[in-house]
Amino acid sequence: MSAITAKAGDSGRLARRPLTLGRVILHVFLLSMVLVWLFPLSWAIYSSLRPISDTITHGYVSWPSSLTFSNYTNVWTQANMPHFYLNTFLIVVPGVILALVLASMVAFCCSQFTWRFNLAVLMLFTAGNLLPPQVIIIPLYWIYLKTPVPNLATADFGAFSIPLISDNGLLYDQAIGVVLIHVVFQTGFAAFVLANYMKTISKEIVESALVDGANVLRIWWSVMLPLCRPALAAVATLLFTFMYNDFFWALVLFSHGDKRPITSALNNLQGEFFVNYNLVAAGAMLAAIPPLLVFIALQKHFVAGLTLGSTKG
Amino acid sequence: MANRITPAPTRYPGGAGASVAPRRRRFSLLTSRDKVLLVLMVGLPLTLDLLLIWGPTLASIFLSFTNWNGVGAITAGNWVGLKNYTTMFTGYLFFWPALKHNVLWLAFFTLVSTPIGMFFAVLLDREMRGTRFYQGVFFMPVVLSLVVVGFIWELQYAPNDGFINNFFGLVQNHRIVDWLGDPNINLWAIVVAASWRHVGYIMVLYLAGLKSVDLALREAAKVDGASEAQTFFRIVLPVMAPINVIIVVITAIESLRAFDIAYIVNRGKNGLELLSTLITNNSISEANLVGFGSAIAVVLLVISLVPIVLYLSRVMRTVQ
Repeated sequence: MSAITAKAGDSGRLARRPLTLGRVILHVFLLSMVLVWLFPLSWAIYSSLRPISDTITHGYVSWPSSLTFSNYTNVWTQANMPHFYLNTFLIVVPGVILALVLASMVAFCCSQFTWRFNLAVLMLFTAGNLLPPQVIIIPLYWIYLKTPVPNLATADFGAFSIPLISDNGLLYDQAIGVVLIHVVFQTGFAAFVLANYMKTISKEIVESALVDGANVLRIWWSVMLPLCRPALAAVATLLFTFMYNDFFWALVLFSHGDKRPITSALNNLQGEFFVNYNLVAAGAMLAAIPPLLVFIALQKHFVAGLTLGSTKG
Repeated sequence: MANRITPAPTRYPGGAGASVAPRRRRFSLLTSRDKVLLVLMVGLPLTLDLLLIWGPTLASIFLSFTNWNGVGAITAGNWVGLKNYTTMFTGYLFFWPALKHNVLWLAFFTLVSTPIGMFFAVLLDREMRGTRFYQGVFFMPVVLSLVVVGFIWELQYAPNDGFINNFFGLVQNHRIVDWLGDPNINLWAIVVAASWRHVGYIMVLYLAGLKSVDLALREAAKVDGASEAQTFFRIVLPVMAPINVIIVVITAIESLRAFDIAYIVNRGKNGLELLSTLITNNSISEANLVGFGSAIAVVLLVISLVPIVLYLSRVMRTVQ
């Protein structure tokens, strides 16, 4: 490594020569690592595009005689994928919005006003987010089983029926229960990131708004939140990924496979429906596509959110 | 546990003593209605946090001293003292293997995956063609769920149909290696899969740290004739010391959280026991040993508090 970096350092002095031997070695190394990193995903995509008949004839590691989307259409229709996407949507959209609202309120109060426990409160939220979820799952499971929750109505959209609040009178086995724990758990993370961002905003802005007679709720909504737009975008991107990718909460807090979001539903499909590895690949890719699209579109926000949340402090 | 965290902030009111005057001024601007609103804005999320995170944490500790099995109310007769702990440490077949697996996971992450991520960050932290492309590729697995990562790697590891055994001719020679089924190797197989994701995460965090190192420092070292390697080891690394600690702590927290891949492969059994999978298997998915599972949860809690407290004391120091 030292040889590489030393050579690369030389290239700074020879500014007009674009490629030194060190640079070539560096690129060769990085490109080979890129191949290693892309291989598992590429292999999954390749498998997902191969009809199983083709695989059986030629073996798994072989050149294809045909590539189709038939595995995808099979998974999509027979495993009823749209249903699981909808389940995910019902959890992730309210989850992200509520977590942003609660976290930005906490961050606003803890960063713009000095009171005795503001740092302690922020720490309590952050520490809660760092706990392994398994530490709290047993009591949480029983709280969800024992807490009575009303049902207001049921909204029907064609084949889908969405209970407004709870259709079994409990938090357990309900989208609202999973949304609730996501919101509370991720508020810890989001409040920490947003508080770090808000600290960089001059307190005089809030002060002058107070002098002008605005109340704090109004200042939070129409002064602070617009100023935090970049941080809110970064946090929203991350929260979407965290909630979309969750496996554990949805696994334990739902009892029925058909209520689960797509990520944890994959686990059930593994036994029932995925009879060969090409179908497994297609199912995994269908679950991977939304976060990959978000990543490609919003890579900048991802990185900004993660770094605000951990190392900067 | 709150006691272990609070000492850090209690230092701050002293440090913030100089700002008492502006504080008073700020609060004088607030009407009593504002104060009520502020209490509500913090109070509502805080109540939820206490009810659903810290309440259950304390409840886990309490339940670990009982033999409650989920039926009926908890009475004084359910109190068993330390029995769950003695059973766990002496009589339970899977506790020590699970702890060992968590430690091995942590060791692999700390000694292999995290250093690779840091190495990538150091290589990419320069003016270079394609650096954004490289960063994007290494970071890409981070956005995938561990479930999807598990499925993607099953395609590599499957005994008869997987890529590895077929590519290296192990199927054809009838020397099939069951990467995910053999208890001697399956832990390493899933740690490699998890590392595919972990490396990119560490790389991004470390890159941000490297970017925050003052450019003037490096320029000065360069002018003085230091090579790039010297600059890194003598200047950049010492400046990065706080971030290095945070990276190690994040690695520890991630290792203790390991659950998803092990659960997808075989529900965390047969070589893949982890503290996290023992908790759910004993108390929720397969048995109703609420008290016993809680004792395992308390062990996981106590171990997790070490990196959590370290992290908070490092990070919050700079927040103020």
